[in-house]
Amino acid sequence: MNLFKISWKYLTFRPLSTGLNVFLLALGLAIITVLLLIQDQFEKKMNQDAAGIDLVVGAKGSPLQLILSSVYHVDFPTGNIKMEEAQKLSRNRLVKNIIPLALGDNFEGFRIVGTNHDYLELYSAEFAEGKPWEVPFEVVIGSEIAAKLNLKPGAEFTSSHGISVGSHDHDEHKFVVSGILKPNGNVVDRLILTSVESVWYAHDEAPEAVELEASETTGPNQEMPEVEEQNPQNEAREDGHSKFHSPIAKTGFPLTDEDREVTTLLLQYRNPIAAVQLPRMINSGTSMQAASPSFEMSRLFELLGVGISLLQGLAFVLIAIAGLGIFIALYNSLKERKYDLAILRAIGASRNQLLALIFLEGSMLTLLGAILGIGLGHVFLWLLVSQGDQNVVAALQPWIFLKQELWIVAYALGVGVVASIIPAVSAYQTSIAKQLTKA
Amino acid sequence: MLLKVNELQFAHPGQSTLTFKNFQVNSGESLLILGKSGSGKTTLLNLLAGLLKSKQGEVVLDGVNICSISEQEMDLFRGKNIGIVFQKPHLIAALNVRQNLELAHFFSKKKGQDILRLLSDLGISAKSNSSVLTLSEGEAQRVSIARALASCPKLILADEPTSSLDDENTEKVIQLLKTQATRIGAALIIVTHDQRVKNHVSNFIEVTNS
Repeated sequence: MNLFKISWKYLTFRPLSTGLNVFLLALGLAIITVLLLIQDQFEKKMNQDAAGIDLVVGAKGSPLQLILSSVYHVDFPTGNIKMEEAQKLSRNRLVKNIIPLALGDNFEGFRIVGTNHDYLELYSAEFAEGKPWEVPFEVVIGSEIAAKLNLKPGAEFTSSHGISVGSHDHDEHKFVVSGILKPNGNVVDRLILTSVESVWYAHDEAPEAVELEASETTGPNQEMPEVEEQNPQNEAREDGHSKFHSPIAKTGFPLTDEDREVTTLLLQYRNPIAAVQLPRMINSGTSMQAASPSFEMSRLFELLGVGISLLQGLAFVLIAIAGLGIFIALYNSLKERKYDLAILRAIGASRNQLLALIFLEGSMLTLLGAILGIGLGHVFLWLLVSQGDQNVVAALQPWIFLKQELWIVAYALGVGVVASIIPAVSAYQTSIAKQLTKA
Repeated sequence: MLLKVNELQFAHPGQSTLTFKNFQVNSGESLLILGKSGSGKTTLLNLLAGLLKSKQGEVVLDGVNICSISEQEMDLFRGKNIGIVFQKPHLIAALNVRQNLELAHFFSKKKGQDILRLLSDLGISAKSNSSVLTLSEGEAQRVSIARALASCPKLILADEPTSSLDDENTEKVIQLLKTQATRIGAALIIVTHDQRVKNHVSNFIEVTNS
């Protein structure tokens, strides 16, 4: 028998009241945990994914949409841009590096990104198996996809048009997995990377179907940007199979004499002046638009900020109510317990031991709440993540534990101690003789 | 000489001073404290237990004047040396029978008596893991006696231990108190106005404040 055990027995003696208080506290702390986790990982992830990208250039539309679709691969792309125009931009002296992306296809909901080897370098992706793509229709897949779809180098699949599952398949030519990337902890884990040429040729194969698909889509945002083949179909046929085996461009733009398109460009500035001049030049002087990831993301967080502070407020209200509940529970039980306390004194307990008993009870209650709350928070996040499969939340790790969570525990214990002050002092002051002879 | 009361006086706030006769009790002896209601019997018991502290006179238990030691020391001293049986059992409802007795060991910081043996001596070993809420009045009172005995005290104080019990249980409780006190060599002081108790203990003092 010791003080911990006595406190614990008292807590479990009133399971409903204890349970309610623990649960209330846990709910408040769970919300705070989820917010903490999301905030920490989101910002980290957002910054990580956007690292090395100063500017994104794409078709005109919503700048936020442009950033979301081409940096984070969550929203729909805004449309395509002419490659000729893109190449002209790449020759600008303010541009240090430019990576073209061709988007618009998926496999099992994972996006296929046509790009060049610079993209791998941008995210310093390393290979777990295999090698980068060398010829059209070779792809490199992210670690998460490899794990989920159980793909190995040499595996073949057909892509689907659009960026979500369920669209029609480009079944004319199969993609072949040439390599699998190591887990990188960023957006690349969930991407299928290939050459821009692969995306072009995939669409060359079935132009009728592409048009059909395009006419079915509703609204400008829903429209899949197809990398359309402008040339007559027979010319593509004449190229025959030879182009499928010729090496692709590993850096810069693919070589072609045809009139091709790409979806977006990821751009690095050569110097700080570029940050001032380039966006303005692109937005006013071309049919393309430029958007800065850091600017658009801070704008997004600003928009989300209201919701986050609302949730935070709710969490604090819940915690305050739980604290009040603990106080009331302790205070009420103290009335019936004054006898108990007097008895404890009569058999040798000191005032300080009684004080400790009440504080222990309050803090054990809140410690339970804190542990349950943190657990609940992680489970909430896990549910959130497992719900949205291809979503941006899918990239969050629900089982990462942060140092700040220790603060949650400390905070909860603080609530427990504060709620126990008055009951504990009242226990301390109980006169045993009066209590025991009153009966 | 285990207990010696000398020139003891006590005044409840706003009330007239109670004075108590001098008396002594040896180890193994039994003593009744009799008196009318309001005569100060319970006050005397509280003074003997160190639950109240007198400013005049002394209560010397085992060579220690308990009127002069600090409250903190008194708590531990009481836990080690004094076992108290109250009018009502006052068991801790959150704990089972055995845990109620373990409390006495814990707070007195003393190994004391073997709890299971004590319970079987008192005829309640079958209830050792039961909730105290399931006990009958008589059983509960026996558990509270066991609690008072658990830490092998030198002095056992009982405050009207039989007032709410029937004849049969009264008999049992008094016998228990006497035999157990003798077994551990403790002095037994019973505050009562119960005629049934007087038949068992011949030694008594009367408190006559009014």
